[in-house]
Amino acid sequence: MSDVTGTSGTTGAPRTDPGTSGDGRRVRVVLVDDHRMFRTGVQAEIGRTETTGVEVVGEAADVDQAVTVITATRPEVVLLDVHLPGGGGVEVLRRCAPLMSDATAPVRFLALSVSDAAEDVIGVIRGGARGYVTKTITGDDLINSVFRVQEGDAVFSPRLAGFVLDAFASTDAPPVDEDMDRLTQREREVLRLIARGYAYKEIAKQLFISVKTVESHVSAVLRKLQLSNRHELTRWATARRLV
Amino acid sequence: MPEAMTVNADEPRLVRKLYRSSDGRWLGGVARGLAGHLGLPVVWVRLIFVGLLSAEGLGALLYAAFWFFVPLGVGGLGAERRSPLVTEVAQDGKRRLVARKPDKGEIVALIAMVAVAMAFLGSVKLDITAKAYLWPTLLVGAGVALVWRQADNARRARWVEASRRRRNLTLARSAAGVLLVGTGVTGIFVLQGSAEDLGAILQASLAVLVGIALLAGPYLVRMTQDLSEERTMRIRAQERAEVAAHVHDSVLHTLTLIQRNAENAGEVRRLARAQERDLRAWLYKPDGNGKDEEGEDGPANVADAVRRHAAEVEDKHGVPIEVVVVGDCPLDDRLTAQMQAAREAMVNAAKYGGEGGAVQVYAEVEGPTVFVSVRDRGPGFDLDAVPADRMGVRESIIGRMQRNGGTARLRAVPDGGTEVELTMERAERTS
Repeated sequence: MSDVTGTSGTTGAPRTDPGTSGDGRRVRVVLVDDHRMFRTGVQAEIGRTETTGVEVVGEAADVDQAVTVITATRPEVVLLDVHLPGGGGVEVLRRCAPLMSDATAPVRFLALSVSDAAEDVIGVIRGGARGYVTKTITGDDLINSVFRVQEGDAVFSPRLAGFVLDAFASTDAPPVDEDMDRLTQREREVLRLIARGYAYKEIAKQLFISVKTVESHVSAVLRKLQLSNRHELTRWATARRLV
Repeated sequence: MPEAMTVNADEPRLVRKLYRSSDGRWLGGVARGLAGHLGLPVVWVRLIFVGLLSAEGLGALLYAAFWFFVPLGVGGLGAERRSPLVTEVAQDGKRRLVARKPDKGEIVALIAMVAVAMAFLGSVKLDITAKAYLWPTLLVGAGVALVWRQADNARRARWVEASRRRRNLTLARSAAGVLLVGTGVTGIFVLQGSAEDLGAILQASLAVLVGIALLAGPYLVRMTQDLSEERTMRIRAQERAEVAAHVHDSVLHTLTLIQRNAENAGEVRRLARAQERDLRAWLYKPDGNGKDEEGEDGPANVADAVRRHAAEVEDKHGVPIEVVVVGDCPLDDRLTAQMQAAREAMVNAAKYGGEGGAVQVYAEVEGPTVFVSVRDRGPGFDLDAVPADRMGVRESIIGRMQRNGGTARLRAVPDGGTEVELTMERAERTS
């Protein structure tokens, strides 16, 4: 977790020629999902590299394949399904941990799922994914999320924000670690607005802060999520045998 | 041994098996079961048994044999009463030896029986030693009856979903039975042999018991474990089958409808959303069985109410509504009003702001405060520009909230769309 947001995402990944996307950004992506139809759909929606800047460099349908493909292609972002044959998205994250913490060209994961189960969602986040979106997300939003993950930011869907607020809800249980087990007032406000369907820009306007500040709050929450020992989180994590 | 008592009835009916009645029995349900089987009044059968009792105690032996070999069931004379399953559930909380208030005829029969039994005991011509054995034997009989009855209860509790009786009561009953038997047997020994042999005999029997326990113990333990494991597996399989059946039917049904309405995009979207919601409810309900736990009068807490309203509005207006709920609490009158207002806000958002994409609903219960926000990304609207005679928003949202002591705030979101914020304090503090 050495991501300091605020630094713009100049990853050391080999850059291909800039396409004709809005600002010439390019990102190399691997799709991991056991439903071929879904992979095809995503490919069709975001994979038109010339217009979107997203280049799909590999696909995988189960855990072993995923690890192989990711290791071989070294993408910048992996779109990872939570439910996968062979141990689920969590297992992919576990086996790709060294790639995630690579100093020069880290592989970053964005979880994608139809699941509504808190333990699934919290599970992949604790496993190291930089965000979670539902599969109902529009193509444009997905592309934006991919670029945001590429830059090292966190991507929270309203549902994930809701889960996190729930997990960090004020309980009587004393926090194990004061810094990690509590959300600041600001973080809470930001999460609440995400849960209410606000985009980062709108949140910034609403709270009179910059978008960068919003992003750093979200990243801080992500870090707490991954490191906290709060019993709700631990419970969700153990439900997926993560701890 | 009278196990195969499958008597063909005169009229061509299915072969009736003999069961002991679990309903309204006094002891083992033998008489009642037999009576039901033979079509005789119970009182007669009981009197016959008592009568046989005077024949050298044959009645008791016969009764015991029946009790031992005839399975407990829902047989017997159940015709003139409600289904035993129902009555039992209702009364099982406090069952004595007799489950219901006995009617007059039964009381008379009982008195007659006791009288006959007394007469029998009095008339038995026994020599002094045998007379001495009578009480231990009776003790043993009573103990055995207690234990067997307890076993019956345990078995009945299997298929009568009885409210769980306190375990210690069950144990106490069994223990009392064992104690009685033990006392009786010891009594017989004491009478039979001289008392100084008793210690050795007790030691020997204890050794035998320990030996048996050592030999059969692990086997028994494993058997009970296997049994309980098998039961859990069966329950799981049942649940799975239930979910599968539900999912299977409703999904196939929806898919058929979608094919039929292929040219009607709005209808297809509505069908798919409804099915998705249904499926999610089944898959991700906290209790995992997806059953609706709502009574006749709708949802009982905030989370369910918000989801329910959103689902209905979504179905009606064909606009997707994303719901996020944080925390939960039971509904009270104020919160119900708030839910109504929230519903109106959702309807407005779906009607006038649905083109901008999904409507986002957020509900949060934090301490005594319940907050709901409904936002759309439509063209937005200006409350002041709405003519005063249009009572929709003013009355059904703002007015409703204020009358119940809450606040409603409508605002235009800078980047397009409208947001309605509803805040309400809970009536009673039950955190």
